[in-house]
Amino acid sequence: MLVLVLDTATPAITAAVADLGDGGIELRAQRVTVDGRAHGELLAPSIDAVLTEAGVKPFDLSAIVVGVGPGPFTGLRAGLVTAATMSSALGIPAYGVCTLDALGAATVGTVLVATDARRREIYWAVYRDGLPGTPPKVAKPAEVAIAIASEGVLRAVGEGAEKYAELLGVSAEAPSFPPPIEFARLAADRVRAKAPSEPLTPLYLRRPDAVEPATRKPALAAGER
Amino acid sequence: MRDEPLVLGIETSCDETGVGIVRGHTLLADALASSVDEHARFGGVVPEVASRAHLEALVPTINRALDDAGVKLADLDAIAVTAGPGLAGALLVGVAGAKGLALATEKPIFGVNHLAAHVAVDTLEHGPFTGPAIALLVSGGHSSLLRVDDLSAGVTPMGATIDDAAGEAFDKVARLLGMPFPGGPPIDRAAREGEATVSFPRGLTTARDLQSHRFDFSFSGLKTAVARWVEARERDGSPVPVNDVAASFQEAVCDVLTMKAIDACRHAGVQTLVIGGGVAANSRLRAMAQERAAKHGITVRVPRPKLCTDNGAMVAALGSHLVAAGRRPSKLDFPADSAMSLSLIGV
Ligand SMILES: [Zn+2]
Repeated sequence: MLVLVLDTATPAITAAVADLGDGGIELRAQRVTVDGRAHGELLAPSIDAVLTEAGVKPFDLSAIVVGVGPGPFTGLRAGLVTAATMSSALGIPAYGVCTLDALGAATVGTVLVATDARRREIYWAVYRDGLPGTPPKVAKPAEVAIAIASEGVLRAVGEGAEKYAELLGVSAEAPSFPPPIEFARLAADRVRAKAPSEPLTPLYLRRPDAVEPATRKPALAAGER
Repeated sequence: MRDEPLVLGIETSCDETGVGIVRGHTLLADALASSVDEHARFGGVVPEVASRAHLEALVPTINRALDDAGVKLADLDAIAVTAGPGLAGALLVGVAGAKGLALATEKPIFGVNHLAAHVAVDTLEHGPFTGPAIALLVSGGHSSLLRVDDLSAGVTPMGATIDDAAGEAFDKVARLLGMPFPGGPPIDRAAREGEATVSFPRGLTTARDLQSHRFDFSFSGLKTAVARWVEARERDGSPVPVNDVAASFQEAVCDVLTMKAIDACRHAGVQTLVIGGGVAANSRLRAMAQERAAKHGITVRVPRPKLCTDNGAMVAALGSHLVAAGRRPSKLDFPADSAMSLSLIGV
């Protein structure tokens, strides 16, 4: 069964085609491009590229697996809306995978998994032998250092952990971004069981900044003049 | 090249998730989901709230449009989407979603300009343009005068607001008068019950202003004048004649808009005036434009109110026009461009 994997919850714009055979899971093609500001531009060409490289037509796909975050809003939505429209158009199910789960899935022991949430914060959770031990949260690195003090965390993975290793007091290791194959692994049971399509609910973890009465000015910019 | 291309258009530049389907100049479906209620308590559109709502609404709105039109994705000749200008995060949901649709269906995609789409939508109601036209685009986000020679080639900006957009002035004055957001409809209603008894200032209309800003607009001074007038009444303890204030304010806005639009037509020697954008739904603006244009032998083209506000049909209409004109589709890596230049019809 061929699945398309997408994730845009970190600066890594991720697209891959995975083959879920009886023997195991094999990646047929993948593109991981690190550019925190170009999710809207680069995701679609990456999908096009992995489909072409894998020799797969969209209608050959059995499912779409997408990272649902947590992640910075705009980039995260690019992946989710792409997965939603493709799944609807192809009439195939879409399954969500927590992006931190994919990043932590291949780790051993007690590990902090952290991605960059911008605004000097990180999205984080603690994993034990690859399984989530705490729910995903967003917090300042210094607060996370206190929160994990009693968890017995020895190592950390993810770009958020790399960036704030000193504040966190834990040394960071690879991978920096979630490996595409882990999304396929984490959704494999659902794909094989042909589970119903899921509503792709983004893990925003933050509320929108909506306190100021903004003016209704969507396009007052160079484009108008 | 196709005579009557079947195109699905997606619009997410502000707070409306719009999906329209057209065949040539025929409107087949115009599905809309609005997050306006979620913004009302803030008195304006909150970008992040709008973007979240687009993500939830896009697929259901696409499916509703397909159902309404009775067509399948496989029947489409192309997909069109607003590439800009607009709210960056909101645009991106539509652009990424449209690209997903294009990838899945292996159809060509056209990233188009929101403002040009406001002009193109009138072809669904009044047929193709037969010659050059002047377009007056007025909404909460834009107030522009454009010269349109060929919709598939480009438009030429003549003037724009130098401060608030016309619709923004409606929103602000409505708030001042205790009316809900968006302010256009309640002001229009109140004005019908009142009389334009107060002479509020007409921005950028003095002889001196006309030298440097002949086709530009300014509504910030008008909004301030209305606020001062209302405050003075309240200070005196006298009642505020809300309906008369609404009528007077609306008269001032429509006076300037139509005066400059007709002047632009005459200056350019153009016989057709197209009006679009949310403010084009205003009943006084429509009546005044018809009346003044008739005196100069100018034809006014203004679509029904539902097509004036942001919608997917306008994007589909422009997309269909570009397909019929043989324009090349956009590449898959085109960005959502919040400040997209007016001179670009598509990307
Ligand atoms: Zn508009």
